[in-house]
Amino acid sequence: MKLIIKGGRIIDPVARKMFFADVLVGEGKILAIGTDLGGEGEQCVAVDARGKLVAPGLIDMHVHLRDPGFEAKETIETGTRAAARGGFTSVACMPNTDPVADNKAVITYICARAKEKGLVNVFPVGAITAGCAGEQLSEMADLKAAGAVAVSDDGRCVANSGVLYRAMQYARMVGLPIIEHCEDAGLSAGGLVHEGYISTVLGLKGIPAAAETIMVARDIILAEATGCRLHVAHVSTAGSVELIRQAKAKGLPVTAEVTPHHFSLTEEAVVNFDPNTKVNPPLRSAADVRAVREGLRDGTIDVIATDHAPHTVQEKDVEYGLAPFGMVGLETAVGLVWTKLVLPGVLDPVEAIAKMTVNPARILGLSKGTLAVGADADITIIDPEREEVVDPARFASKGRNTPFAGWRLKGLPVVTIVGGKIVFRREGIIDGG
Amino acid sequence: MQLKGKDLLGLAEMTAEEIDLILDTAARMKEIISRPIKKVPALRGRTVVNVFYEPSTRTRVSFELAAKYLSADSINISASASSVAKGESLKDTARTIEALGADVVVLRHPLAGAAHLLAKTINAAVVNAGDGAHEHPTQALLDIFTVKEKKGILKGVKVAIIGDILHSRVARSNIWGFFKMGANVVVCGPATVIPPEVERLGVRVYHRIEEAVCEADVIMMLRIQLERQKAGLFPSLREYSRLYCLNEERLSLAKPDALIMHPGPVNRGVEISPEMVEHPRSVINEQVTNGVAVRMAILYLLTERGG
Repeated sequence: MKLIIKGGRIIDPVARKMFFADVLVGEGKILAIGTDLGGEGEQCVAVDARGKLVAPGLIDMHVHLRDPGFEAKETIETGTRAAARGGFTSVACMPNTDPVADNKAVITYICARAKEKGLVNVFPVGAITAGCAGEQLSEMADLKAAGAVAVSDDGRCVANSGVLYRAMQYARMVGLPIIEHCEDAGLSAGGLVHEGYISTVLGLKGIPAAAETIMVARDIILAEATGCRLHVAHVSTAGSVELIRQAKAKGLPVTAEVTPHHFSLTEEAVVNFDPNTKVNPPLRSAADVRAVREGLRDGTIDVIATDHAPHTVQEKDVEYGLAPFGMVGLETAVGLVWTKLVLPGVLDPVEAIAKMTVNPARILGLSKGTLAVGADADITIIDPEREEVVDPARFASKGRNTPFAGWRLKGLPVVTIVGGKIVFRREGIIDGG
Repeated sequence: MQLKGKDLLGLAEMTAEEIDLILDTAARMKEIISRPIKKVPALRGRTVVNVFYEPSTRTRVSFELAAKYLSADSINISASASSVAKGESLKDTARTIEALGADVVVLRHPLAGAAHLLAKTINAAVVNAGDGAHEHPTQALLDIFTVKEKKGILKGVKVAIIGDILHSRVARSNIWGFFKMGANVVVCGPATVIPPEVERLGVRVYHRIEEAVCEADVIMMLRIQLERQKAGLFPSLREYSRLYCLNEERLSLAKPDALIMHPGPVNRGVEISPEMVEHPRSVINEQVTNGVAVRMAILYLLTERGG
């Protein structure tokens, strides 16, 4: 069965251009891109993409699928469904499961489960250290052989610089990038929100910006010393952005991501003690938000990734201090990118798409993120005019923990195609042509 | 005039008019408790439940007396004695209390925002009796009441709050309240316990007590929690006391009729010298008495509003 996407505007993040063309898909690959591809009369499903943007399938390189171990929060099945609904055709999942993905068996389980139940491609991230405990290096060569595309102790920072130094030497040898959650526990311990005006008003213990920035500085120094590729997860402070900018100017192998919540929300969102605003790193000051947007604009920040972190309702519906950190992100990401970055002119559509396709693909070494003849037929169709109010009850994710409930977002994914198969169609979208 | 909300969660969300209403009502309540028979039937048939997740004697007894003087039925639930110890969530406990027929729930809780969570969960009026380091509005209202009673006015009065501002719900509520009533508020303490950007609340910050109390009308000393020293926020109680303890010499820098206040309980010899506690200008005991009147006013206004 072939598929033809007709009349859309193609976004090519590699050539950095947009153009009108049809896309013909078959055998899970892109067969042709051009005009007048249809009408051959053979068995072919047509997708009407007039007025819409046809992008390479989006890649979210930072999600928590919670499987194995925390299936009440999310499973590989529900998490990939959420990804499809959010326009993502590939996700990289973090290793802080139970058991931790610090060994071949867990990576193999995730890959097998994803093949069986997953709606989109799943690329597991292995742990840097056993149990993400920051002491003993994990068997990275084994992890890579089993399918891991990077290593990270996400959720925690590798506190001991000696351990991280050796981890970087080893990861470089193995050929895996290190994804670091940058947080100095001595500065952040017990903290709940950004240290600033809002922590003062609410009497909630603050996490100073320095807790992140200081570790970004350390990690850049170690990346320079070891030559290891460093990817800084969920950048939230102006200081981090500046350090990464300097590192790139020096030509160091450093990349970085920012989450939609960190470019969309400031610490002000916490004022009603809504536990859905509790996230680590915390929602920062308006100046920090301006800095990460500028980092996105000038290319300092390569990637937009969600840090999708589902929790159950009962875990989140408690006192602010008792709620776990994290918010879901897969199903609001594109809408926030369009509403907060593309429509206000921070990023043009090509740049925005590059940060969710080819850029993460390059960092993780995936042969994805492009729309070229012969490439995997992972395609996301975005309707830049489509508006919807965020309703967590309609999420495919088990997690409902979003601070964006009730937000009106414009620019939404309407069709998600993985390996030539349509895995998601937004309400009202029907085949035709 | 009535209070705007169904709850009293903090002074951050309260207007000067509402604070005035509470102060005026408290003055009438104070007259009632000066009578030989201190009981009126205003809240007969109403139930006030005091839920205390933290040990507290003075606030709990103050609320209990306030309810009793108004003829309400009041019961106390302390965390250790209830299902809290069995792992019941605050929301479930709250729903249970409401199902039992409470009209007002008074909550003391170690976590900031707990009273907000409760207020969103139940229809009964919620009074915040202290939530973490966030707010302690009834304490601030009784402090404001005491100052107004003694000084006659609040506008332009200089109030110096000295101590661990960072962890103090009393300080936060007083900053909001006194600022809204037109007072001139300054805060003072070691740099490690001054919260960031606190100036945005309209206060001036000092690190030297001598500057903070200069020409003050009111000196409010905060209790220093002994565990803060262990947490490394200041080097020693000895040094803290040397730098910040209110004594005769420091008092002499304030206005001659300056009031000495303390929310209690007092660490004598740490943040305040024993002579200052007993000083003729100390109103520490009157604060306690006024606390009952202010809490009566709050219970009355919230139940009146509820109809």
